[in-house]
Amino acid sequence: MSLESHVPPGPIEKKWDQHRFDLKLVNPANKRKYSVIVVGTGLAGSSTASSLAELGYNVTALCIQDSPRRAHSIAAQGGVNAAKNYSNDGDSVYRLFYDTVKGGDYRAREANVHRLAEISNAIIDQCVAQGVPFAREYGGTLSNRSFGGAQVSRTFYARGQTGQQLLIGAYGSLMRQVQSGKVKLLPRREMMELVVIDGRARGVIARNLVTGKMESYFADAVALCTGGYSNVFYLSTNANACNVNAAWRAHKQGAYFANPCFTQIHPTCIPVSGDHQSKLTLMSESLRNDGRVWVPKKEGDSRPAPEIPEADRDYYLERRYPSFGNLVPRDVASRAAKMICDEGRGVGDTKKAVYLDFADAIDRLGLDAIKEKYSNLFDMYQRITDEDPYKVPMRIYPALHYTMGGLWVDYNLMSTIPGLFVLGEANFSDHGANRLGASALMQGLADGYFVFPYTVGGYLASSKLEKIDESHSAFADGERRATELIEKLIAVKGKRTVESIHRELGLLLWEHCGMGRNEKGLKEALEKIPALREEFWSNVTVTGSAGDFNQVLEKAGRVADYLDFAPLMVKDALARKESCGGHFRDESQTDEGEARRDDENFSHVAAWEYKGDDKEHELHKEQLTFENCKPTQRSYK
Amino acid sequence: MNLTLKVWRQKGPNDPGRFATYHAKNISPDMSFLEMLDEVNQTLATSGEDSIAFDHDCREGICGTCSLFINGRAHGPEKATTTCQLHMRKFRDGDTITIEPWRAKAFPVVKDLVVNRDAFDRIIQQGGFVSSNAGSAPDGNAIPVPKVNAEKAMDAASCIGCGACVASCKNASAMLFVGAKVSQLALLPQGQPERSQRVKAMVETMDAEGFGNCTNESECEAACPKEISVSNISRLNREYLLATLKGQ
Repeated sequence: MSLESHVPPGPIEKKWDQHRFDLKLVNPANKRKYSVIVVGTGLAGSSTASSLAELGYNVTALCIQDSPRRAHSIAAQGGVNAAKNYSNDGDSVYRLFYDTVKGGDYRAREANVHRLAEISNAIIDQCVAQGVPFAREYGGTLSNRSFGGAQVSRTFYARGQTGQQLLIGAYGSLMRQVQSGKVKLLPRREMMELVVIDGRARGVIARNLVTGKMESYFADAVALCTGGYSNVFYLSTNANACNVNAAWRAHKQGAYFANPCFTQIHPTCIPVSGDHQSKLTLMSESLRNDGRVWVPKKEGDSRPAPEIPEADRDYYLERRYPSFGNLVPRDVASRAAKMICDEGRGVGDTKKAVYLDFADAIDRLGLDAIKEKYSNLFDMYQRITDEDPYKVPMRIYPALHYTMGGLWVDYNLMSTIPGLFVLGEANFSDHGANRLGASALMQGLADGYFVFPYTVGGYLASSKLEKIDESHSAFADGERRATELIEKLIAVKGKRTVESIHRELGLLLWEHCGMGRNEKGLKEALEKIPALREEFWSNVTVTGSAGDFNQVLEKAGRVADYLDFAPLMVKDALARKESCGGHFRDESQTDEGEARRDDENFSHVAAWEYKGDDKEHELHKEQLTFENCKPTQRSYK
Repeated sequence: MNLTLKVWRQKGPNDPGRFATYHAKNISPDMSFLEMLDEVNQTLATSGEDSIAFDHDCREGICGTCSLFINGRAHGPEKATTTCQLHMRKFRDGDTITIEPWRAKAFPVVKDLVVNRDAFDRIIQQGGFVSSNAGSAPDGNAIPVPKVNAEKAMDAASCIGCGACVASCKNASAMLFVGAKVSQLALLPQGQPERSQRVKAMVETMDAEGFGNCTNESECEAACPKEISVSNISRLNREYLLATLKGQ
């Protein structure tokens, strides 16, 4: 099958308008005859489920959590971008578009990004109307800040809880539609299978996590809003329940997986304290505005930080990047930290950390000023580490944070399976090889409130869909496959815990398919993963039963899919022999040791087709063209 | 650290349940409370025993999923802290720790330490939102909000819906949870058109779900990991009275 992006013709600023006009409409009276399943209730899922219901469609919304309000979008701290230009600093839709394409290192589709920038303003309006308590100026207008290296102030925020507030807004709208009867809400459900009938997505099989029963749901279209797969690395800033299952199982039914190796590693996380660690906690990037990053010059210098004199400290970011210093982009800061620690100059008990020091800022601005800016972050740091960052430097280390890769979608957000749409972090589309700060919330809500509700109409109005229900044999087949998998997991009855295998997989990927990669390491990972997969299927222990609330079993199913997914991620990284965006390929660097992008050979989206369990994936390339933003190399020297 | 745990085990809503004793050995003080339970579950798994079910997700104190009643206190001994952010250094070597689920009629036990909090969602369905369809909103700055009100609304909106307020109240009252949502929207211009019907419908549902009444002991505020103030309960009472007087 060829990859057709369906990007409409015409000048970039007219594409979306023209496309909306060209899309066939479903008559208002007919919308109630159609049904849509929405899997996941984060920003993308909640916003789209409520918007579809407002239009009159019948919606079934599933979520893995006990309430839709707990989806992981809730943890986003920083903010949401929009091109309002309320700050009067020269921002525009075009500038937001340009910054996002450039920030993604020219690996995103221009037309999608421009649409995102166009929609950004309506998102803010919608959220304000819902009562989201954004930060305000004294005159009552909305407040903005500059974020993530942007040169204009375009980020809207609600203290350090922007994701929470936007999600609660979308959740409120969703709850209103549950009350009206247009949305059937099913919490504590995990999608097990996508049901494809006559080549179209027509439903899902979900496991009821309380009873263990398989349940069939049919619809005229399915939207996956199931987030990213950072947890394949075991340790990440993602919530425990985040997984790749829904995306992976749709992939096995025919949805191409795009750019799986594009993952984002955030530089300012609280470091690992020991083997017991279950997750990493992110601290806002804003800390780098005032903190200075350093390590001791000498390997093995075990003096406490305050006793190390200036002359023995290496402020390596300031040294290597004199003009940007501590404010280099996420990927550069992350890579430098890992490199320093790999050299053996890391700090703390584990030696897997670097210092982020506020002593100079406290001297310059005073303790009160620093407290006012960062007290919540400093408190959180102290609670977790038991160290007082006002007195000793923080220790930070990079951690997996976001995945730009995901299921391939066209301009309509439809995957390579007709009727299967993918929204938010779960798709690959708008962030290219590197996501800018405050862009994830924007994309989830753009897809959910203002893109999918139109494009699904176009699909439904132009498709002839057979009347079906869950008595169709495809549902029985799906339930059987899902049940067999569960039974197989329980039947192994081995010795190793699910956690220990997941941890091993995570370490392997972090070492070889993290922010720095090379052919040798990637090939090594490709050899080791199948062995680990073999170990899992012959020696894992899953206690409890299938017909019960069983968290071990849930986790085992997720790890099983990570083990299947990981080789594809590594293969994608191996095939992309260039450094770009968030990842660095050792073989592709400049004489100064900086990333070298290879536009001649890799200006494409790598979309992988599943051909069967024992067969190699087939690579399809969607060539990217840049008619508006001319690719340039990034430089932060 | 070595600890003795007395953990509530209950197979399902109809099982009477009981305490079971476990020993947590070689626990690092740097572990979070949930990581300590992970460790106990690893030991149970290797010996083929059914693991202890407990709710958790983000593990950074914002999703509101974790919900343990530790030594008689919702989310344990540390102020303004969810269970997932509570660390073992707050306990002493040799301690016996009692771990129970949230106990309230409106939160039936699903299994062990996991409860069903759907009642909160059903209260929100009755009006914990502004009815605003996507696409119909005016420009964001067309609705000015005085900064002081925006800040107060944000204070109330920081509720994570964990249910610690209910668990810590002897009446299992949900007044702090409902008060926080009613306050947030009553303080903002966007919330005005539905102000009266919202408070009435939410309070009626709260009562129908089996939550108790408030008797002004402020246990909820003390237990709240987000330090939501009981002044939101006062505002809820005021809003409810006003709505009733208006007879809408």
